[in-house]
Amino acid sequence: MNSYLIDHRNPQGWSLTKALATIHIDALLFMGLLILMSAGLMILYSAGDQSFSLMIRQLIRISAALFIMLIIANIHPDRMRDSSYWLYGAGLLLLVAVLAFGHEGKGAQRWLDLKLFRFQPSELMKLAVPILVAAYLAERPLAPTVMRLIVGMIMIIVPSLLIAKQPDLGTSLLIASSGLIVIFLSGISWRIIIGFIISCTSALPVLWYVMHDYQKQRVLTFLNPESDPLGSGYHIIQSKIAIGGGGLFGRGWLEGTQSHLAFLPERSTDFIFAVIAEEFGLFGVALLLGLYLLIAARGVYIASQAQTSFARLLAGSISLTFLVYVFVNVGMVTGLLPVVGVPLPLVSYGGTSMVTLLAGFGILMSIHTHRRMMTP
Amino acid sequence: MSTKFTLKDHFTEGRIVNDRLIFSVLFAGLLFAVVMVRLAVLQVVEHEHFDSLADRNRVDILPLGPQRGLIYDRNGIVLAENIPSFSLEITPENVPDMESTLTELGRLFAMPDLELEEIREQIKKQRRFRQFTFRQRLTEQEVALFSVNRHKLPGVDVVGRLIRHYPQGALFAHTVGYVGRINERDQKSIDLQDYKGTLQIGKTGIEKQYEDLLHGTVGLQKVETNVQGRIIRELENNPAISGKDLFLNLDVNLQRVAADALGEYNGAVVAIEPKTGAVLAMVSKPDYDPNLFVLGISTKDYGELRDSVEMPLFNRSLRGRYPPGSTLKPFVALAGLELGVVTEQTESFCPGWFKLPGQDHKYRCWKHSGHGHVDLKKSIAQSCDIYFYDLANALGIDRLHSFLDLFDFGQKTGIDLPSESKGLSPSREWKRATRNQAWYPGETVISGIGQGFNQTTPIQLAHATAVLAMRGVTVPPQVARATRSSGQSELELLNNESAETLPMESSRHWEAIIDSMVEVIHGTRGTARHIGKGLDFEIAGKTGTAQVFGIKQDEKYDAETLAKKLHDHALFIAFAPADAPEIVVAVVAENGGSGSRTAAPIARKVIDQYFGITPSE
Repeated sequence: MNSYLIDHRNPQGWSLTKALATIHIDALLFMGLLILMSAGLMILYSAGDQSFSLMIRQLIRISAALFIMLIIANIHPDRMRDSSYWLYGAGLLLLVAVLAFGHEGKGAQRWLDLKLFRFQPSELMKLAVPILVAAYLAERPLAPTVMRLIVGMIMIIVPSLLIAKQPDLGTSLLIASSGLIVIFLSGISWRIIIGFIISCTSALPVLWYVMHDYQKQRVLTFLNPESDPLGSGYHIIQSKIAIGGGGLFGRGWLEGTQSHLAFLPERSTDFIFAVIAEEFGLFGVALLLGLYLLIAARGVYIASQAQTSFARLLAGSISLTFLVYVFVNVGMVTGLLPVVGVPLPLVSYGGTSMVTLLAGFGILMSIHTHRRMMTP
Repeated sequence: MSTKFTLKDHFTEGRIVNDRLIFSVLFAGLLFAVVMVRLAVLQVVEHEHFDSLADRNRVDILPLGPQRGLIYDRNGIVLAENIPSFSLEITPENVPDMESTLTELGRLFAMPDLELEEIREQIKKQRRFRQFTFRQRLTEQEVALFSVNRHKLPGVDVVGRLIRHYPQGALFAHTVGYVGRINERDQKSIDLQDYKGTLQIGKTGIEKQYEDLLHGTVGLQKVETNVQGRIIRELENNPAISGKDLFLNLDVNLQRVAADALGEYNGAVVAIEPKTGAVLAMVSKPDYDPNLFVLGISTKDYGELRDSVEMPLFNRSLRGRYPPGSTLKPFVALAGLELGVVTEQTESFCPGWFKLPGQDHKYRCWKHSGHGHVDLKKSIAQSCDIYFYDLANALGIDRLHSFLDLFDFGQKTGIDLPSESKGLSPSREWKRATRNQAWYPGETVISGIGQGFNQTTPIQLAHATAVLAMRGVTVPPQVARATRSSGQSELELLNNESAETLPMESSRHWEAIIDSMVEVIHGTRGTARHIGKGLDFEIAGKTGTAQVFGIKQDEKYDAETLAKKLHDHALFIAFAPADAPEIVVAVVAENGGSGSRTAAPIARKVIDQYFGITPSE
């Protein structure tokens, strides 16, 4: 019997926590996710103009994603570490394949049509990159040497560039940040970090040069949304009206005028946060953000309790990247950041990101429930 | 590398990562704090601003056009009403197949392909949920035709709307006027806010004059709309206030009799109640059907009306300028008495012509053989020109002009109708100012018989006669009598300007003139004695025959028409009963030839109708 299953306060009795632990599900994390996704469904019902079919489709996705989470939670972290190179290699190949024969949607090649379902290799890379970098850096004692750091950076940059080329800037930045978080957690010296930040800042003009027009437009619109109120600034203006109109306690569930009269674009996907803010007010969004923080906090706790450096780095990266998701989406919807297509994790309508996110939480649960406990 | 470093030190590594985790958590907390501040700014500090923007997004204010006030004659007979008009409306979003629908409609209503093509283009340009007017003013047959085929035409409906209708047709075209679509010129003169939701505005006549009263007050409907502008629900409704109903002094029956009496002649008949200035009848011919203008007149129809040599759109009663001819004589005679130039007994000798001292030109009397000795009464009754040549010459144009001013000759009467003409009462000053020419004595002479520069409008003539009939009490003519607010039964009388009395030396002067005018009808040699039969009261009147000046000889017309156009205008003014006047009539029959033969009988018919006399012939 796995030593984790021994409940010291109640060594013999049955508990839900223990029952879940037998299938490698972390009860606290699971509970947090369920609350978040239930709230998400309720909001989606409102944002999707009270369409039950939309909710049912989302519910099917959630179920599938939870199933995948369960499977991954039952894989031992060491197996993940062992297969990290294969996973990464396969992901890289698929990315190249997407660029070669990918399916175009909304002006970007992101999809691979696998007859049965469409597959986005970039989603795979969201997990493959932090797994590989964590595995690679944990091979040797931390903090990593400069040489290993450079190799780690290459592991991050190659898929990021391939995804940026699709073009999918949002995902590219998220993957890069998940890898960079691993490197940051691995204990590289502050001098290197500060040097890196300075060089990144100076690379911005170069980035501007290689950006697509629509990406440049987004940045320009971000800096001054009113410059193009009916074009690319429309999203952010309407979103701010929705949020600001919500006030302290919101207009109430199903009462948001911006969302229900269709002034708010993409309200069930990327801009769903604005619906929440309009209908539940500052009070509601504070609760929501609190829930996100609690979930991430549980993840960080799992990281701190992990028994190998690989697990620690990976768990830390997954938990913190989750917060980056939230921050980028909310920042975009509130006009703090430029509009990049990042959904609000576990709430926005849509399947692929849901699967990847819950797979990530599956990894966290696996790490936490496969610990070897020392007998007291 | 030493083995010391290759060995993994779990404790040290754990501490490294945990330190970084703590830092990351703190940093994440900072970022979330920034987000919360941002949200607090948007949702609390700037809440009002965004809330109003959200309202502006969703709330649309729709105007509700008021119902236009109705217009009645003095007996409560409707002159202008609002009737439902059916139009065929297409709602594009409900039409599954626009092509076949349009083809079917085109077949049903036998419309040319070109017109259908135009409609197709217009439908493409507008919002799919907005109704498009396919055809206006459907006849009952067309409504029936459509109803039978309705099942084949989803998304097409018959819609009823109120439009202005003039049940009396052409009879009141010039006085009541008509409404038409608001054009750019109208937009400059109105408060556009008041006309949101209204398509039509009074264009002429009473409809224009009393636009403010008739229009009413626009209502507002606040609705919630979605991003496409579709109405989701009503938030607020302030109904429109209908315009006031208007009751006129006009009398439908009198108007019809006057119009019929004028018959085929172009011209005007005006009847006034002298005591109040109430306009009882006001006819201008030729006329037109005002209903043509309501939904927008076709270019072809309008072109025909506008370009017709008969000028049917021209309101002769208000704007037609005619030489008054002999109808001016009673006023000239009164001037002579008042200014002491003549007395009732003063006589002139009429040999059939008049010469100014030291000039050779002979001014002819209409009676070439002459009237012999004529005094004031005889000169009016028999319309001797020589007496008035003599009198005008003695008065001088300036004194004559000033005196005629009292009767509003050459000035607007102040009637409550738009674009009244001033006519022309000449003077030395006027000629100097407009033509930069000196006044010649000969011009004074012919002014005495209402020729020369003199021009009066029929309403002016009627008004001046009313002042005469009232022995100097002057009241501006008024078409509208009272208003009635929507939903009320009480009438509110419109204020007429208070009557003024002309300053006269002696009331005997009035009686002298009026006696002479009675003589015109009841005297044995009066010029209009043939209309004086079968009455138990006396009529005072004066005939006039005005020479036609300045008619352009249009070469397109044949000799017969030309000849007719050169006939003299026939004029007649009258009031009855002479001692206590109740009605004043002024008649102008263009090219009628003789005031006595043509115009006087027209006036008699109007008077008969007014007093309910059945003509016995």
